[in-house]
Amino acid sequence: MSLVLIAEQVLNGLQFGIMLFLMAAGLTLIFGVMGLINLAHGSLYMVGAFCAAAVAGATGSFLLGLVAALAGAALAGALVEIVVIRRLYAKDHLDQVLATFALILIFSEGTRWLFGSFPLYLNVPEYLSGPVTLPGGIEYPVYRLTLIVIGLVVALGLFLLIGKTRIGVQIRAGENDREMIAALGIDIGRLYTIVFALGAALAGLAGALVGAIQSVQVGMGEPVLILAFVVIVIGGIGSIKGTLIGALLVGLTQTLGGIFLPELMKIFMAPSAATSVGASLASMAIYVLMAAVLIVRPTGLFGARA
Amino acid sequence: MTREGIVNALVLVCLVLVPGWAFYAGETFTITLATRVVILALAAVGLNIALGLGGLVSLGHAVFFGLGGYTMGILAYHVQAYEPLFEWPFLFEGTKSMPAIWLAAVVLSALTAFVIGLLCLRTSGAYFIMITLAFGQMFYFFSISWSAYGGEDGLSIYVRNGFPGLNTLDPIQFYGLCFCVLVVVLWFASRLNRSRFGLALNAARQSPERVEAVGLRPFHLRLTAFVISGAVTGLAGALFADLNRFVSPAMFSWQMSGEIMILVILGGVGRLYGPVVGAIVFVALEHVLGDLSDYWHIYLGLLLLTVVLFVRGGLIGAVTGRRAAHD
Amino acid sequence: MLKSLAVGASMLALLSGAALAEPVKVGMITTLSGGGASLGIDTRDGFLLAVKQAGNKDLEVVVEDDQRKPDIAVQLADKMVQSEKVDVLTGIVWSNLAMAVVPSTTAQGKFYLSTNAAPSMLAGKGCHPNYFSVSYQNDNLHEAAGAYAKEAGFKKSFILAPNYPAGKDSLTGFKRLYGGELAGEIYTKLGQTDYAAELAQIRASGADSIFFFLPGGMGISFLKQYADSGIELPVVGPAFSFDQGILQAVGDAALGVKNTSQWNKDIDNEANKAFVEGFQAEYGRLPSLYAAQGYDTANLLLSAMAKADVKDADAFRAALEEADFKSVRGKFSFGPNHHPIQDIYVREVIKEGGVYTNKIVGTALTDHADVYAAECKM
Repeated sequence: MSLVLIAEQVLNGLQFGIMLFLMAAGLTLIFGVMGLINLAHGSLYMVGAFCAAAVAGATGSFLLGLVAALAGAALAGALVEIVVIRRLYAKDHLDQVLATFALILIFSEGTRWLFGSFPLYLNVPEYLSGPVTLPGGIEYPVYRLTLIVIGLVVALGLFLLIGKTRIGVQIRAGENDREMIAALGIDIGRLYTIVFALGAALAGLAGALVGAIQSVQVGMGEPVLILAFVVIVIGGIGSIKGTLIGALLVGLTQTLGGIFLPELMKIFMAPSAATSVGASLASMAIYVLMAAVLIVRPTGLFGARA
Repeated sequence: MTREGIVNALVLVCLVLVPGWAFYAGETFTITLATRVVILALAAVGLNIALGLGGLVSLGHAVFFGLGGYTMGILAYHVQAYEPLFEWPFLFEGTKSMPAIWLAAVVLSALTAFVIGLLCLRTSGAYFIMITLAFGQMFYFFSISWSAYGGEDGLSIYVRNGFPGLNTLDPIQFYGLCFCVLVVVLWFASRLNRSRFGLALNAARQSPERVEAVGLRPFHLRLTAFVISGAVTGLAGALFADLNRFVSPAMFSWQMSGEIMILVILGGVGRLYGPVVGAIVFVALEHVLGDLSDYWHIYLGLLLLTVVLFVRGGLIGAVTGRRAAHD
Repeated sequence: MLKSLAVGASMLALLSGAALAEPVKVGMITTLSGGGASLGIDTRDGFLLAVKQAGNKDLEVVVEDDQRKPDIAVQLADKMVQSEKVDVLTGIVWSNLAMAVVPSTTAQGKFYLSTNAAPSMLAGKGCHPNYFSVSYQNDNLHEAAGAYAKEAGFKKSFILAPNYPAGKDSLTGFKRLYGGELAGEIYTKLGQTDYAAELAQIRASGADSIFFFLPGGMGISFLKQYADSGIELPVVGPAFSFDQGILQAVGDAALGVKNTSQWNKDIDNEANKAFVEGFQAEYGRLPSLYAAQGYDTANLLLSAMAKADVKDADAFRAALEEADFKSVRGKFSFGPNHHPIQDIYVREVIKEGGVYTNKIVGTALTDHADVYAAECKM
């Protein structure tokens, strides 16, 4: 296996990790600030992808599609927060799990009702398609490089938002002591709606960006949702820094595990058995990683509270 | 008798009368549905021991459900295919006897629950939910790629396993058997609730410090509860596989874990008969709504939402109007 | 009392000369909700179109949604057999659901006509006189792809499929008739949607062609990412990733790709014309392979109903075995294990008036059966 190939695979792992970060960042904010387990976060990812596909299909502009994804997911998020989610903050995790599971059912079948059962078309725009040659002779798709850049920009923006702005101060205060911010005269209801819409918008953005190179279809959010949960738990719930590191760890483990585990198995067994066993191990790898992290650090890598 | 006691008795009477009527009227499929209710209820009763009594929100109980299922599948498959399960240290050809399968399922699930519990109970809260989910996913992906036992295709067992003195292929007899198992387990669970162990566990859920102060180890209490809970759900898995005469990785999926949990929450967490009521309502909804529209998931979702938002303490809570006795 | 009633009824039937008009009840279990719904909907629509066109009042169809869950499928099969008292079951899309339902259905003396899934187990050791596959045997399209790859002169193919039984059957099927060297063989995760790592391996492997089997959303993702990767190798696969319902979502990325199928909308015969036109008129979209399979299944059933009474299982089975119906595929017959013997074509994805679709460019295999027939004893 050449060095170039390994470098390319590391890039792939990074790109996958960064997309996971977009998805997981919202989830960890909502979890950290409101203490809410939101299983319906994957549905917002799906809403983003469908909005993008519908608008890009109608206007022919990928950028407008992205804007629609952000706006549509944020709107859906705010709406759901006001109608349903805010009644759940005072309830325990169990009720939250059931209610947000119910939301998944409604979102998924509602989307199918609106858009039909067939996957939608959304593609990479002309100006971002095709590969580019990187130093070292790596041929890498421009679009995936763009995804890495967008993801890093959003991550930086989030750090600034939380570290430097007024709303960031409120969010941090909310994570540390929920009663305290009410006492400070901050409109908690508004803050929660904003945080939820922000998380939803990030998920919607991820859905639209990824939808262009994957399949825009009902149920696309749930596999990503599980991965996003793995990420925030590894990183420590509520920690943006932890989420970024967790996302990159999961992205790299998933990508590199898929390549190296079958190769590793070939040392011990026949090639065709090795690819199959290696692939099985690879699909379990991130869950083993997560269990291992939690056994050593029960609150994740950067989690403060139990 | 308390109001909850009356509700519980009514539920049991329902579970006897409805299949009895169905048998009389020749509505065989209603008996099959009732069997499904009873088995899912059993799985949820298992989860309720960890969830309601121990406060352990496990989103990985499909592990035990699936293990029970695969225990049945693998033991019966070897008989069916005339391939011994193992030949050393002695020849073992598998078995088609339900009691033997149940024993194996309970032991295997309990052992697995012990190991998983030992690792997971170091965490708590949301982390516990997620680490149990992770173990569920490990089993799921493993079973999909384990081609010796069918992988994603699963294992089909052509003839239902036998129970001494019964014809298990007859729907009403198989229902009776499952119903008896459920009643025995419910009785066991009610004894457990009121035992010293149950009281200590309940106390450990509410304030671990106080339990520690009297010299009990909350970790040990929780681990024991988790093992018992896993064993009961494993038994339900073995029965479920026998009902369908089929096992597949779907039994290990996180949606399965979620579904078992929904039964508990729907009926009322920590209530002895909560899971039973949850299972009755859920299966009935699935059946009735499915006939109404292709998009029936929307209605199911709306109904579940209504229960969470407006009904305190699940359906049993709605009827009895009180929080669970030990809350 | 009951017996005399039955005798009376049959005498009445004899008198009126309608011994063959015994009504037939069909239970269709297919996926109508959730992620895989488009396949089940096409199967159902194709089947019902044939029923409507035939206008046979003695055929009653009950349709139920299995949600792509094996346990629900088993439960529905029990319901159909126990409460609805159906004579024939059909409609299951997925192999794992078929494995859950078919053995116990046929063991209870009912007929099962498969509109799609046909796992090797049911073609070989687990075959049953009451089980018929109207679609293919699962390996067939992959074998055809292998045969095409050999004929096209590919020497070093890179092959990939998901890590589950159908995926393993697929790669085995491809290799059976391909005969060349492999540049690589990968099993991906089931449900995987990102193929960057696999594409990098393909690029580095020095392959001269690619074979892939990735049904549903997996295939859409793979093709889009492949088109974006700049790798320019010939690609071949079975029809599933190039089906009418999916192609519009793949778009330009699929253009020119070769795929193997036993049916296409441009096969020139009367039955196919009636089907394609009827389907468009009825539902306002182009039919898919699944719709074609559903349509053929219904017509097979109707042809058997015209010849025999479903209550006489042996006669009805013999009538099914004759396969005396006008298939949209042209010639069609059953092998000894009740799986089709048929031609399998090579298709190419084209754009036709703004719609992506397929056209036939050659024949990969003629009168092709499956390799499991020898293991089937019935």
